[in-house]
Amino acid sequence: MLTISTGNNAVAAAVREAGTGVVAAYPITPQTEIVEQIANFVTKGSMKASYIPVESEHSAMAACIGASITGIRTFTATSSHGLLYMNEMVNWAAAARLPIVMANVNRALGPGWNVWAEHTDSLQARDTGWLQVYVATVQEAYDATLMAFRIAEDRRVYLPVMVNLDGFTLSHITQQLEDVKIGDFIPPLVLDHKIDPAHPGGYGCMTSSVDYVRIRSDIERSMRDSVEVIRETEAEFAKRFGRSYSWTDDYRCEDAEVLILSMGTLGKEAEVAIDILRSEGVKAGSMRVRWIRPFPNLDLGDRELVVIDRNYSFGFGGILAGSIRAKTGKTCYNVIAGLGGQEVTYHDIASFVRNRKIGTEEWFGVKI
Amino acid sequence: MKNIRVLTLMPTVPDTEYIHKCTSACAGCSSDLILRHVLKAAGPDTVLVVPACCTSVLQGVYPNTSFGIPVYNVAFASAAAVASGMAAAFEELGKNTNVIAYAGDGGTVDIGIQALSGALERGTNFLYICYDNEAYGNTGMQRSGSTPLGARTTTTPGGKPHQKKDLDRIIAAHHLPYMATSCSAYPQDIVRKVEKALSIKGPKFLHILAPCPPGWRYDTAKTIEVGKLAVRSGMWAMYEREYDTLTLSGQTKAAMMKPAPLEEYLKIQGRFSGLKPDTIAEIRQSMERNLRLLKKEAEGTC
Repeated sequence: MLTISTGNNAVAAAVREAGTGVVAAYPITPQTEIVEQIANFVTKGSMKASYIPVESEHSAMAACIGASITGIRTFTATSSHGLLYMNEMVNWAAAARLPIVMANVNRALGPGWNVWAEHTDSLQARDTGWLQVYVATVQEAYDATLMAFRIAEDRRVYLPVMVNLDGFTLSHITQQLEDVKIGDFIPPLVLDHKIDPAHPGGYGCMTSSVDYVRIRSDIERSMRDSVEVIRETEAEFAKRFGRSYSWTDDYRCEDAEVLILSMGTLGKEAEVAIDILRSEGVKAGSMRVRWIRPFPNLDLGDRELVVIDRNYSFGFGGILAGSIRAKTGKTCYNVIAGLGGQEVTYHDIASFVRNRKIGTEEWFGVKI
Repeated sequence: MKNIRVLTLMPTVPDTEYIHKCTSACAGCSSDLILRHVLKAAGPDTVLVVPACCTSVLQGVYPNTSFGIPVYNVAFASAAAVASGMAAAFEELGKNTNVIAYAGDGGTVDIGIQALSGALERGTNFLYICYDNEAYGNTGMQRSGSTPLGARTTTTPGGKPHQKKDLDRIIAAHHLPYMATSCSAYPQDIVRKVEKALSIKGPKFLHILAPCPPGWRYDTAKTIEVGKLAVRSGMWAMYEREYDTLTLSGQTKAAMMKPAPLEEYLKIQGRFSGLKPDTIAEIRQSMERNLRLLKKEAEGTC
């Protein structure tokens, strides 16, 4: 059915459609609408689930861990300081191999208090063992959330998935949304290691370094295997529901000589910038990176790269630019733009391309 | 014919063992003894949620375990919250499995108290047991909020200058269906209270004193004696609170009538060595205040 929705409500609708059994969450701007909507669904009976209104984000992820290990489909949502506060349990969830799905509504970190979009929150969790996807439209928020459950719960993966959407510029905007009847797209969850009194055993007990290394390497093996699972899931989704997704969302890249790489809603803004640049005769294209973990194999050829980072790793640089450099060996023009919800228009993005100085980093709006 | 359960002062302790021999507990460990009886009372359809504490160590090294029930080890602050999620999920799945969080005093009165308070407030259907050895035993005996006044620990080498946190009255403020205190020296009392707790739906709490030979510095053979002295002197009170109605356990009623000398309890433990008379007086004062308040509450006169 075609309707309209905010990004947050699209996520909540997908969580209901996926047949989630336990939701434990704590409110935080700009994520709150997701948990409010789920609480509404559960109260009104349109969603048969247990909704646990925990007293902190640390407990939100802890409760999801306790629920998930019983083999039930589990979800939470958070943002910014909430994600940082639950970080211990975020790490725990991945190493405990639990297919929890979490929506993170990307928001800046304090101080000073700032509720607007930025990716530094979720990128701090990039080494935790969670799969991470970044979306740019309301439809994509809905679709990616549905796919996240199928990917996480696949026996080849058994790792949690974080769906990231920009605070306000996606969480609170209204766009059209075509919802789906999920049918058997997400098979019933079979968790091989679910806790069961009939099979006593110790979970997460003291572990020798020999076994510890084996267990850690198994996370990486599953992360690598998830590449194929993501591919299959996105292909099956396209087949059933007609919408295609991939590692990157490419716009006019085929003959491009310069590429803008970005994440989240800035990637949609970049598409308008590409049209402007093309009308000026600049052969530019936009490649919006969707998956950060597992990090995609990017086919960048010999094109010049302008990488927009809505995040920063102090003492290092933009995290997307750094990752591209590490994975492809290619240098770029790295623009740090959009921190704390900083306004970045498509005209600004077009000017990044016009004024590019490959091999340098620039902070949009300030000189350092 | 109806089955009539015969209540006696000496309840039958089930024969089945869920703690196998050769755990890595210290000699004379009373928390091992407590857990042995908790699990006997709880039976096989039980999952234990254990945060960082001595119990994370004494269950053994992966892939082996010395416990005969599933144990879910979790991060320090998270036991009550993990148990919350697990209890909700079991309910959603139509299972009656007992969810028991089994945590030390550090994981309860300090780092875990927020999650515990939240879980109690939300009416979580689980049993939370705090086994209290009055310090961070697993990391080598540092002071916790539960360490009593005057006790020497590795972080209070001159004796703790602060009183023990009154955990039970914090818990009582949540007005839960059932809470009780006990002590490792009275395993039958533990069995009876665990059985009772698990027969009730909703949040239940047990606070069990767990004397610790290396931490409290006494001879390993005296674990039971030290526990009994704690109760007989009145330093540790045993009772049950059902909703807000308090019933003193027989051992504590007896201690109120004819207490063992406090000095005897203090003297047997190295952690209280060198206590100044003022400190002993202060310990006595707070102990007597606690017993007075409990007595009044039990008599319904407070």
